[in-house]
Amino acid sequence: MALQIMTANRLLGGEVVYFGENAEWTDDFSAAKTVDDSNGAAVLLSEAEKAEANQLIVGPYMVKVERNQSGIHPLSVKEGIRAKGPTVHYGHGQNNNILRQAG
Amino acid sequence: MYRYDEFDADFVQQRVAQFGDQVERRIEGDLTEDQFKPLRLMNGLYLQLHAYMLRVAIPYGTFNAAQMRKMAHIARKYDRGYGHFTTRQNLQYNWPVLKDVPEILKELAEVEMHAIQTSGNCIRNTTSDQYAGAAADEIEDPRVYCEIIRQWSSLHPEFTFLPRKFKVAVTGATTDRAAIRVHDIGLAIVKNGEGEVGFEVHVGGGQGRTPMIGKVVREFLPKEHLLSYLEAVLRVYNQIGRRDNKYKARIKILVHETGIDEIRRLVEAEWERIKDTALKLPLEEVGRINEYFSPPSFETLDATSRLFEIKRFEDRDFATWVRANVVGHKQAGYAIANISLKPEGEAPGDITDDQMEVVADLAEKYSFDEIRATHEQNLVLPHVKQEDLYEVFSGLKEAGLATANLGLISDMIVCPGLDYCALANARSIPVAQAISKRFSDIERQHDIGELKLKISGCINACGHHHVGHIGILGVDRKGEEYYQITLGGNANENAAIGKIIGPSFAYDKIVDAVESVVNIYLELRNGAEESFLEAFNRVGMAPFKEKLYA
Repeated sequence: MALQIMTANRLLGGEVVYFGENAEWTDDFSAAKTVDDSNGAAVLLSEAEKAEANQLIVGPYMVKVERNQSGIHPLSVKEGIRAKGPTVHYGHGQNNNILRQAG
Repeated sequence: MYRYDEFDADFVQQRVAQFGDQVERRIEGDLTEDQFKPLRLMNGLYLQLHAYMLRVAIPYGTFNAAQMRKMAHIARKYDRGYGHFTTRQNLQYNWPVLKDVPEILKELAEVEMHAIQTSGNCIRNTTSDQYAGAAADEIEDPRVYCEIIRQWSSLHPEFTFLPRKFKVAVTGATTDRAAIRVHDIGLAIVKNGEGEVGFEVHVGGGQGRTPMIGKVVREFLPKEHLLSYLEAVLRVYNQIGRRDNKYKARIKILVHETGIDEIRRLVEAEWERIKDTALKLPLEEVGRINEYFSPPSFETLDATSRLFEIKRFEDRDFATWVRANVVGHKQAGYAIANISLKPEGEAPGDITDDQMEVVADLAEKYSFDEIRATHEQNLVLPHVKQEDLYEVFSGLKEAGLATANLGLISDMIVCPGLDYCALANARSIPVAQAISKRFSDIERQHDIGELKLKISGCINACGHHHVGHIGILGVDRKGEEYYQITLGGNANENAAIGKIIGPSFAYDKIVDAVESVVNIYLELRNGAEESFLEAFNRVGMAPFKEKLYA
């Protein structure tokens, strides 16, 4: 089974979160707990159900990732943007995700 | 401008209280997400990629300084210091927190605003011509009828759960600036052979994955029958529109599959049954609504202002801005001033809290307290004295709002795309920013001339790419962003759906591709007078395709 993590949005603020290695919901993609078998996936699903029932998160789903020397990485642009935020400046100049720009 | 009556104020207050209670119950766990989601959507609250998004209704794009200041305040207090104007003349906040939304709605209600029916399968915000009440080519002010439609469609019990969302647009001018032919219902105010004013009714237009140009279901509808006819169309759609497949549920599919003649027969039969009931508009009621939109107290002025001409001569930037952004007014000595929300390299449609306040101040001082939001994601000060234009320009320039690019290639309609939207396949805003930087030379833009470029990050087509002279559609190819180009689309009275030119382009190739298309046009046009669209309609796709993929 491919390497996967569990993600969702926080109920109160809508922020992107991941189920972390320390059994908490974290906004740090790199701290997400990875699983690569059905037992691990079942644990993540169970944790997500619990967190949904406790009004912590909404819309949980599993995401495939890859691991290299620098850690885990999302496989799609979409998950990369979810992990780091918009790739564009907004408002008074905030942004924190510098992906390559269109050319 | 329309002001709330007791009924309006009461129902908005009730809704604020109701939604506040629903949010509390959701946070307490008394409502599940499945139960809460349809309730929040009915109040314009979406959950996007990184946060909630609240869509605030601006009926037919008309608002005032107090409302703009309130939107600035909300952006500052509850969001991240900015808002985003949309293609439905609404404003979106991209970062509200769930528990704050009831407070935001309370604050909006203080200035007669809300977020009701900005989502869901109901009749959405009726859109209109941003120059309504100011345009020289106007037969009648369409906002009167937009307001009548708003009152009729707000919380309409029969049409709250339609097969899909339903969008109505109204124009009162001969030039269609409201894209009525790509709406579920498009209404054009027209005069018949006897000189009577009524509506030409278009039905079944739309974009999305199956773009269609609306068809004329009735060539002339007397004004007093507006609501009975709309009700007949909606009733037919509600009864026989498909609910088994959301991609086939819009009225455009029903019209396409059933045929306009049969739809007309069904609508007319229903209309015959109801047209002389309570839905027939009493003329005194039309007159009462009309009062809200009576022209402001224009001064009697000369057709041209000497001060205006001097400033235009002295200040080249002002002259360039006037050339692009200022449009003739029906009243001598006045002008329509467009405020571009497409500065070079910025996110189209975004405006900061501070900029909102600048626009509010200018509107109050120079435009009879009126502001318009356009479906092309810009703003308008509709009634500015020519002699005040330089002051307006100077105020806008100081706030970074004097980009002189209206109708030019950098004045793009752009959806939020994958940077914000949970449905998107590809980013739109960075592509727009890169195009805007590539064509940053304003003289080059003027040389290219009128060119409507529109970008959508997915097939839902919120960026109106189907009707762009050049359209760009973001697609997902195995997790990578690619972009398809269409040419020849048009949103005005000669509406047309653009055609795909060929294989799509990678993210880092799309701007080069757009520049190639523009260069091909410049090579083949019959002089600067022939616009991109005219040239395309003359030569067709072949020369563009041949050179772009050579």
